[in-house]
Amino acid sequence: MADAALYASADRVFRRKKIVAFGLPALVLVYLAYIFFAFDLPGLAERARWDNARTLLADTWSYKTHVTRDNRGGGLEVAIEGERKGEYPEGRAPDWVAAQDDGSVRVALKGGQEVILLPGNGFRWDVPGYGLIEARLEGRSIVSNLPQDGLPDWISTSSSRLQVTTDGARVALTRSKTELFRYFPGWELFFFTLDSPYHGRGLGEILFGAQIDPARGNLAGAWQDFWGNAMWRHEDVAWAIFETLLMAFLGTMGAALVALPLAFLSAKNFAPLMALRFATRRVFDFLRGVDGLIWTIVLSRAFGPGPMTGALAILLTDTGSFGKLFSEALENVDGKQIEGVASTGAKPLQRYRFGVIPQVVPVLVSQVLYFLESNTRSATIIGAITGGGIGLLLTQAMITQKDWEEVTYYIILVILMVMAMDSASGWLRRKLIKGL
Amino acid sequence: MTQTPDAPHDPRGHYLALMAQRRLYGGLTLAIFALLMISGFMLADSRNAGGFWSGLPQVFDFPADVIADTLPKLDRLPGHLLRYFPALVETINIAAVSTLLGAAGAIVLSLLSTRGLARWPRLITVFRRLMDILRAVPEIVVALVLIFVLGGGPVPAMLAIALHTAGALGKLFSEVNENADLKPVEGLSSVGATWLQRMWLGVVPQVSPNYFSYALLRFEINIRASAILGFVGAGGIGYELRNAMAWGKGRFDEAAAIFLLLFLTIVVFDQLSSHVRNAMISSKKGGQ
Repeated sequence: MADAALYASADRVFRRKKIVAFGLPALVLVYLAYIFFAFDLPGLAERARWDNARTLLADTWSYKTHVTRDNRGGGLEVAIEGERKGEYPEGRAPDWVAAQDDGSVRVALKGGQEVILLPGNGFRWDVPGYGLIEARLEGRSIVSNLPQDGLPDWISTSSSRLQVTTDGARVALTRSKTELFRYFPGWELFFFTLDSPYHGRGLGEILFGAQIDPARGNLAGAWQDFWGNAMWRHEDVAWAIFETLLMAFLGTMGAALVALPLAFLSAKNFAPLMALRFATRRVFDFLRGVDGLIWTIVLSRAFGPGPMTGALAILLTDTGSFGKLFSEALENVDGKQIEGVASTGAKPLQRYRFGVIPQVVPVLVSQVLYFLESNTRSATIIGAITGGGIGLLLTQAMITQKDWEEVTYYIILVILMVMAMDSASGWLRRKLIKGL
Repeated sequence: MTQTPDAPHDPRGHYLALMAQRRLYGGLTLAIFALLMISGFMLADSRNAGGFWSGLPQVFDFPADVIADTLPKLDRLPGHLLRYFPALVETINIAAVSTLLGAAGAIVLSLLSTRGLARWPRLITVFRRLMDILRAVPEIVVALVLIFVLGGGPVPAMLAIALHTAGALGKLFSEVNENADLKPVEGLSSVGATWLQRMWLGVVPQVSPNYFSYALLRFEINIRASAILGFVGAGGIGYELRNAMAWGKGRFDEAAAIFLLLFLTIVVFDQLSSHVRNAMISSKKGGQ
């Protein structure tokens, strides 16, 4: 009889285990299937812009130089990324762009190829493996030696535009201009822009060479030009990183300072008044429940964009989190130590100072440092919403959708920043907790 | 001072000297901290568009506007709540799926990066660094890049949060794994179990309650993250909030409905997850 009952109970346990073992994964699968359709994953492939992905990937490690000839005035312009800030001064074009005596311009490409921009608003390009492409603007339409149909997909033509794209270059002929892009690996003008006298000089030359700019010392001048680089804006970026760290620091530490006294009010063993305890706890719940997003929106209306808004948003949200954590830590305090201190005739304040604080400080410090690290990330996100710090620069660079090398640069900086904060807070935690 | 040879003969003086030194260090640390806080505050204040003191009286202007816009149209509030409910469900779905996927990734990554359990012990550092990087990238960065490629909608947010979750949970999970008992694993390997079988049958049953508890905590965090990502264009309630905010003064009643939904959701899930975790802890204690 007892055996039968035992068997039956074992069967029951096994049946339950079976249901859990198969039921739980099945449930997850059903949920994922629902998500598959709710998020419209089949339609995603259509909506995805793979050409965007390609530009993005190519842009992260390469840049292009635009050679533009005005088909109306005939002027020639060579500019990195087509930006005014990256424009080569007149007569200082790179050596792969050579103006000829007959008015044509020879542009050398990789692998010995050459595109010739002809004087009569046309170009000639001998593409290896395809043949000579010749095109020019006649009146208001484009005439070329290309056949009407059967063109490869890297050539597109219409009466007003002809575009040829190969691996390392692209030529587009329109009514107003002939534009050639040549791609180079690397980030352009990262140290010095073209108008700086230090552009193209090596580090050794700047440090030990002759004075380059008569008005300034080499090191000071180079630093000035690097720091004020108009394209990469190193100074602004450094400030942005600093602002983000400032937000995280002020927010976290401010929250800890506000939360500590409040936590005493909400800890069972320190607050005798039940109503007060209940009220403080609801305040903490409210602060956490409203969430950083809503705090950020509310605060940015009052304080405008900037690091102060972000710091206050972090402060408010984390006061709620810290309040909860701190009061839990306070509730776990060992009463014996306080009794011991009290037995020496200590007054209440001294009892807190020598009986409670030494017990909770390691827990609190370690929590605060954890939050400091994770708030560096939050500060980036809040900066993107309210406008401040590196988050703002990141969103700005992304919205323009062309400076992906800058986006990459910022992303790398953010990752380094967060990792540095991670190891700094870990180091500080070990140091302080050992010392306390 | 403390190195003088006669110091040991004077324990009281020695102690007082030590205390004085400690006090000095403590005081100095406190002074530096206070200085950092004050100067940081002043700097942040000067770099903000609106100053702290001038903005302080206006803090309640916006909430007051929202309430003033909502109160006369209180009868429309249930309609608004109902209208934005699907967006809320989308936000919760984003958080749930990304927690599921992220936790799955975290289990694999954590097992691969725990000493004694790793499939390829030489690659432990590689997987650890990978988790560090996944953790360090803010979700918003990945989300914005993916929005550029995949277009707006829930998928970029889901992927972004899932990647971050995999890194964050991976670290916690591998700390849990380190405390796992290795005897079942040894027993399984003695009967010729493969690595997957050893992990699935020997390790995961031991650690799954802890996994679950951490994943639940993460789910709560991910709901907040998914609302924020919506605000930058990744769908869900955040996106609706952004649109509702754009209506401007006089029409904040829809924003009020969204604020309310978001607040209630976060509070409910916060309470729910802490309740479930407490229940798990107490049932574990009762069972032992």
